[in-house]
Amino acid sequence: MHGYRGKILRVNLTDHTWKVEDLDEKKALSYIGGRGLGSKIMAEEVDPNVDAFSPENKVIIATGPLTGTPTPAGGRYMVVTKSPLSGTIASSNSGGYWGSELKFAGYDLIILEGKSPKPVNVFIEDDKVELRDASHVWGKIVSETTEALAKEAPDKAKILCIGPAGEKLSKIAAVMNDINRAAGRSGVGAVLGSKNLKAIVVKGSSKPTIANPDKLKEVTKAARQNIKDNGVTGQGLPTYGTAVLVNIINEGGVFPTNNFQTTYFDKAENISGEHLAENFLIKRESCFACPIACGRYAKADDIEGGGPEYETIWAFGAACGVSDMKEVIKANYWCNELGLDTISAGVTIAAAMELYQRGKIKDNDIDEGLSLKFGDAKSMVEWTKKMGNREGMIGDKMAEGSHRMGEHFGMPEVAMAVKKLELPAYDPRGIQGQGLQYATSNRGGCHVRGYMISPEILGLPQKLDRFAIDGKAEWVKIFQDLTAYIDSAGLCLFTSFAIDAKGYADMISAVIGQEFSDADILEAGDRIWNLERNYNLKAGIDPSQDTLPKRLLEDPIPDGPSKGNKSRLSEMLPIYYNIRGWDESGIPKPETLQKLQVEA
Amino acid sequence: MEIKVKLFATLRENRGKEVSLELKEGATAEDALKKLEIPKKEVAILMINGRDDDPGKELKSGDLLSIFPPVGGG
Repeated sequence: MHGYRGKILRVNLTDHTWKVEDLDEKKALSYIGGRGLGSKIMAEEVDPNVDAFSPENKVIIATGPLTGTPTPAGGRYMVVTKSPLSGTIASSNSGGYWGSELKFAGYDLIILEGKSPKPVNVFIEDDKVELRDASHVWGKIVSETTEALAKEAPDKAKILCIGPAGEKLSKIAAVMNDINRAAGRSGVGAVLGSKNLKAIVVKGSSKPTIANPDKLKEVTKAARQNIKDNGVTGQGLPTYGTAVLVNIINEGGVFPTNNFQTTYFDKAENISGEHLAENFLIKRESCFACPIACGRYAKADDIEGGGPEYETIWAFGAACGVSDMKEVIKANYWCNELGLDTISAGVTIAAAMELYQRGKIKDNDIDEGLSLKFGDAKSMVEWTKKMGNREGMIGDKMAEGSHRMGEHFGMPEVAMAVKKLELPAYDPRGIQGQGLQYATSNRGGCHVRGYMISPEILGLPQKLDRFAIDGKAEWVKIFQDLTAYIDSAGLCLFTSFAIDAKGYADMISAVIGQEFSDADILEAGDRIWNLERNYNLKAGIDPSQDTLPKRLLEDPIPDGPSKGNKSRLSEMLPIYYNIRGWDESGIPKPETLQKLQVEA
Repeated sequence: MEIKVKLFATLRENRGKEVSLELKEGATAEDALKKLEIPKKEVAILMINGRDDDPGKELKSGDLLSIFPPVGGG
């Protein structure tokens, strides 16, 4: 089959052996690749009740059939495993150049199993695979690890690694690649750490074949034109990056401030995309085959690096009451170097600030010279370092994420999280569909499982009333299903601002040589969604967890443009369950699973 | 009547971040755009007092208009 490489590399870290297996084509067509196929393999091979840090958990690093092809922004890979943070199935995705390189080396997926007795790196150069001692890079930050391993690797090899946070089993640790790209969410970096795997270095020399090159040229040309003509992907994202959202979301009064206590940040201008572009931006960056190039590279004092993205700016900015962009850039830098998820890290610090505000963390608990006052930017950067290194009592608790930290201090409700995954930068009280999406996301508090901001705020593909609940369940389902497909194909979600299901169907049809319709695309997404749901149910994540933090359900927004609103989740959830083909309690009906051919 | 206008991203070029506009009674957001010489096709999001609203709706004295070009994704 074209597009795919037809090979899976299975590495046993316990005894340092590896083998190459054939990709099951039928399974690949049903679950596409990436997130879908990775989740299917998890469901087949890993008991949902496994402890995330036990050697029985596996990590599946999965590309899609479009990864490494000329399709626009087709450079993504997924890290699929059981999350130590949420206990759900995790699939965390990243761009850059590592995913496409794995395809060039001849593999669709890597399955990592067992646990190495000592720190190890995996080196892959086409069919040559080696497990090498990693003791010289264990403990090193991401840039130093990458530089050291580049010297041992073939020229232009691509490097994926964890930082000290992953080594120290922080439940909010990321997997990093190409130094500053992150498969950030759900603590996937800690699972690699638990297996004593520091890095995977990959170099490839051949490209995936294309079934119908002429057709692909035609549909890719149309897709690239759509991306160029679209205001968001053609102008907004290239010019300002994701950070331009700061002012939009704040002006609408849905920019969570001081750990979601308020939703309008009066100093937002200081952390806006416009301010970033004028004062700190050095250059733009792009991922493999991407015409959008939304990546930023910024400098503050003696610190420079990739980012910061909108989510990061919010998490270390408004969520912590911080308006100093320099310190936000520094916190972002330390997350990249220590290998931490910037959303969870910032939101966890914000929760610690609220614990202090409410008297649960006392002055004498706090490390000397630091504070946990909302707005203390310099302390925030220091907390980020302590969290990544598990340094001191509070740093150690922060490394567990906001929920476990809150529990430790007797107030878990300060955690602004769903299924223990910290929420991102949009207050769902004033964006009803996004709230339903957060509550039902299969990995917990996440915006990119169904980006309802697109219709509810940006007006794409059409404008919806963000305060209304009518029709939102239907929209959420379509967005979730389409996203599950995009994540499985190996494409970047940002292409969806400009490309519809039909456009995606044309691309995969041309690449793999099997006809897909727009309905097929959405059905594959639905199948993947139900497989993940089923896995989570078996893992004990019961539907009562399809909810939001109490504050967002019960406390109306206190001021600003969205004043008076709270989430109307309970009105939308039954409708959502029904259109998903789930019973009233949120369990997929047998006929739904049968129709989608998902094993119960 | 006087209204306040906040401009964002590329719309700030040659116009600044924030301007006060003197408009006739009964004027609409569309009238404000004309006065600021902002072509309608450059406007992706228009909020009146933080809420999406009909650009043809009559404004009131003291209203805040926030205008964004096509931007976004996060």
